Amino acid sequence: MNARSSTAHSVVEPSLTSRRVASVLVIVYAFVTLIPLFWIFATGFKTPPDSISYPPKVIFEPSLEGYCNLFTTRTRQTSEYIAQLGPPEGICDEVTRRREMVIAGTSNYAPRFINSVIIAFGSTFLSVFLGVMAAYGFSRFKVPLKDDLLFFILSTRMMPPIAVAIPIYLMYRELGLSDTKLGMILLYTAVNVSLAVWLLKGFIDEIPREYEEAAMIDGYTRLQAFRKVVLPQATTGIAATAIFCLIFAWNEYAFAVLLTSGDAQTAPPFIPTIIGEGGMDWPAVGAGTTLFLIPIFIFTILLRKHLLRGITFGAVRK
Amino acid sequence: MAEIRVNRLQKNFGEFVAVKESSFTVKNGEFFCLLGPSGCGKTTTLRMIAGLELPTSGEIILGDDDVTFKRASERDIAFVFQLFALYPHMNVRANIGFPLKCDGLSRPEIRKRVEETAQILRITDLLDKPVSGLSGGDRQRVALGRAIVRKPMAFLMDEPLGALDSEFRHVMCNELRALHNRLKATTVYVTHDQLEAMSMADTIAVMNQGVIEQLGSPREIYDRPVSMFVADFIGSPSMNFLNLRTGLKAGSTSIFIDQTSVTIPAVREETAEADLVLGVRPENIFFSDSDGLPGDVFGVEYLGTTQIVTVTTGRGTVKARISSDTKAEIGDRVRLKFRPDKLSIFEKSSGRVLKSALHEGVTHG
Repeated sequence: MNARSSTAHSVVEPSLTSRRVASVLVIVYAFVTLIPLFWIFATGFKTPPDSISYPPKVIFEPSLEGYCNLFTTRTRQTSEYIAQLGPPEGICDEVTRRREMVIAGTSNYAPRFINSVIIAFGSTFLSVFLGVMAAYGFSRFKVPLKDDLLFFILSTRMMPPIAVAIPIYLMYRELGLSDTKLGMILLYTAVNVSLAVWLLKGFIDEIPREYEEAAMIDGYTRLQAFRKVVLPQATTGIAATAIFCLIFAWNEYAFAVLLTSGDAQTAPPFIPTIIGEGGMDWPAVGAGTTLFLIPIFIFTILLRKHLLRGITFGAVRK
Repeated sequence: MAEIRVNRLQKNFGEFVAVKESSFTVKNGEFFCLLGPSGCGKTTTLRMIAGLELPTSGEIILGDDDVTFKRASERDIAFVFQLFALYPHMNVRANIGFPLKCDGLSRPEIRKRVEETAQILRITDLLDKPVSGLSGGDRQRVALGRAIVRKPMAFLMDEPLGALDSEFRHVMCNELRALHNRLKATTVYVTHDQLEAMSMADTIAVMNQGVIEQLGSPREIYDRPVSMFVADFIGSPSMNFLNLRTGLKAGSTSIFIDQTSVTIPAVREETAEADLVLGVRPENIFFSDSDGLPGDVFGVEYLGTTQIVTVTTGRGTVKARISSDTKAEIGDRVRLKFRPDKLSIFEKSSGRVLKSALHEGVTHG
């Protein structure tokens, strides 16, 4: 029965008016938050002159110049030199020649992007793995000084991580972890693991012990019971935790600037360094940012199903 | 199937003694009930038999095997939880087959055994459904299925009907007992519901504060309670207690309450003058025209075939269960007589029953 056909007496169902107001608010809010994203996306398809024109152009002729510039390095040549070259190979060649330049090689964007993927997913995996183990331990076993340990773990979040940037910088230099992927994975894991432990402990506390007990009586060891019974039911929590960890590691800028410059540099510190002819190459920045958003976008959408599904709902009567 | 022997089992949680030196034997194929109020240690006892809790001292012998300190997975037992504990991420078939998967059975073999089990429980049509949509009773059946599919040495059940509504509980009670009659499986069943225990068990152990107060058949526990606790806990309405102060000689067969002589089963032990309690079940009380304990009718509960009549006497309030045909109205003056062979006399200070002809051969916990 929908609201229209039900009587006005329903206490729990919102009235048509309030639902309309809610819809309008949601749409307005979505619009406001999506404007910057839209602007980044649009800038990626503008030509450099369009991207800095004033007043800003909302309607423009799309161009792939931003994407071409993002992945290539170019050198300026005389028009005579360009004219004597053969026909352009591919669209990027054509776009570049129009600016009296030729493609000199590939840019560092692709390797930086891959660094980002390795570091962010690596540290997310490690944080969630350690987090789920620790959370299970804290949730199920008598751990001496449990509360103190949990508080200690939480206390690592009580200051902004960047507050310890200098000691970490010095430490990493000594240990040879500066500008290494392993170093960045460990660093992001260290920051995220406390969040993971606390979040996951909440989720695992919610899973009744009877499930493991039942599995153990059914002949499984504790570890098997953990893997076959607890983990599948903690999926929702693991997914939520993984998203938080990934977003932090993926977007992290300050440590990345400080600790990486070459081999292990991630995309966030790289993107602002894209400079084109006559200042910032905004279309290339827009293109780089758009591509940078895609993995986390996909990851979130994939896990959203898990976030929304109350997987344990109804299996246990409370 | 096997016998379970529990020997001087003790469990302490810090200072608190949850189970105190309990010993009992569950015979092969017996339906054994641990009955008691919440917090009496019955669930702890069961969890120790299952291996989910390790005893502080004592031993548990399953068949010929000392399993006291073995892991739960190493004991060949099945456990049915109050909240069913069906794995929510698996469907009914996977839930029932889960214990078999661990034993390394082949897929066709698992399939066959699961289907056999489903047939016994009449849940074949549910096999491919997710467990989240099932009703309480069906969930209970699936949980039972998961227990019986493995053909274990013993079944342990922790208030398996506690989460069902009362109407359905009755149906499942009958089903459980029918299942037990069919499988002849050694079963230990924990409940706080005396009706469940009385209707299903071969043997009941009544527990109180970590101690088994009495061990016996439902009839024995009902008719010949060894303590005021057992007498009070079993039966609804519970046993009437009439306070009196007197001494008893061995062999005496009557006592006086307010100048009224009451015939009792022959006393087997001598007592100096002390505070005693006469225990009488409501259904063992009759109205008499001529003699008996006088009292006034205070309330009448009509129950169809019988009625519960509350009578205030000089010795306190007494509830009598009498035929509905007998006329009783509030304010009536009545005289009460008791059925002589079913009376118990307790020592008020300890709650212990005095030995009498009625109580010969009763097992104390």
